[in-house]
Amino acid sequence: MHELSIAVSMVERIIEESESRGGLQVEAVHLRLGVLAGVDRDALAFSYEIACEGTFLAGSKLVIDTVPLLIYCDTCAAESAPDSIQHIACPRCQTLSPKIIHGRELEVTALEIAA
Amino acid sequence: MTTAPRLIEVRAKVLKQNDLLARELREQFRGSGVYVVSLVSSPGSGKTAFLEKLLSRLSATSRVAALVGDLATENDAARLRRAAPQVKQITTGTICHLDAQMVQRALEEWELSDLDFLFIENVGNLVCPSSYDLGEELRIVLLSTTEGEDKPLKYPTIFNGADVAVITKMDLAAAAEFDLDAARRNIQSVRPGMKVFEVSSKTGQGMDETLSFLQARLEASRLKAAQK
Repeated sequence: MHELSIAVSMVERIIEESESRGGLQVEAVHLRLGVLAGVDRDALAFSYEIACEGTFLAGSKLVIDTVPLLIYCDTCAAESAPDSIQHIACPRCQTLSPKIIHGRELEVTALEIAA
Repeated sequence: MTTAPRLIEVRAKVLKQNDLLARELREQFRGSGVYVVSLVSSPGSGKTAFLEKLLSRLSATSRVAALVGDLATENDAARLRRAAPQVKQITTGTICHLDAQMVQRALEEWELSDLDFLFIENVGNLVCPSSYDLGEELRIVLLSTTEGEDKPLKYPTIFNGADVAVITKMDLAAAAEFDLDAARRNIQSVRPGMKVFEVSSKTGQGMDETLSFLQARLEASRLKAAQK
């Protein structure tokens, strides 16, 4: 399980972002997590709480926004969303495609602070 | 009085630190003319045996070195040193993957420009290494015939993140009733267009093709660097 390492990196990044904005009272953190990022959602949520302990983020909420897989299909000349990460093919024409547009995201997109 | 929370937009890649360091390493590798290949697989799929063969064959014509990651013991490094002198073990303790910083630290005393190939054998694990860029030029994922042909479907992320797949222990394929066509299909399903080599470290099957491929990639990468 590497989610704890990921959570620790995440907390470091949030502290960095918060400090660069003059210190924020962060109540919740929004994260975009792609289905091909190789990170388990539940394990990350659990690890996040542990990683926050002893920092000003303790008690903050983690809101995970799952990003589905999106590929570009050359046959259809269009974007398409495969049914699963076990079969990275265009659902319209069944062509396999290595062109991944979305699905690898692992990024903090927003911080929620008390008004 | 109720106060609505305020949302502040940020764009922070969680693994930025690792990604930046990996990018730095990649530049350094390219500048030194060394072609860096990493190997990932589950424990026991034959990474070290395959690497042993690669190192001993390549060292006849090229300058090779290897870093090998494990949670504990120096056993693999000792084994690989029989094939090439420049081998360093990275013991990660409890960490289930290598990261760019571990690679950077392990390379501190080495002169990269003295090398043609550097191999990085990751910790045996089909999950955790997928998130960490090590600065390598080529990532090989290995799958042994004794593991079953559906491994790519069970671990799509690591297969998708790799550049080349190597099916190992081909000498045991018949005994293990390994369905090679299904394995090829499954690999293409999770990583469309992926190049696949079928090898046996024991009999030497597929090693010539793998070696020529690596030599060609080294030459191509040097040519590209020279044109810059």
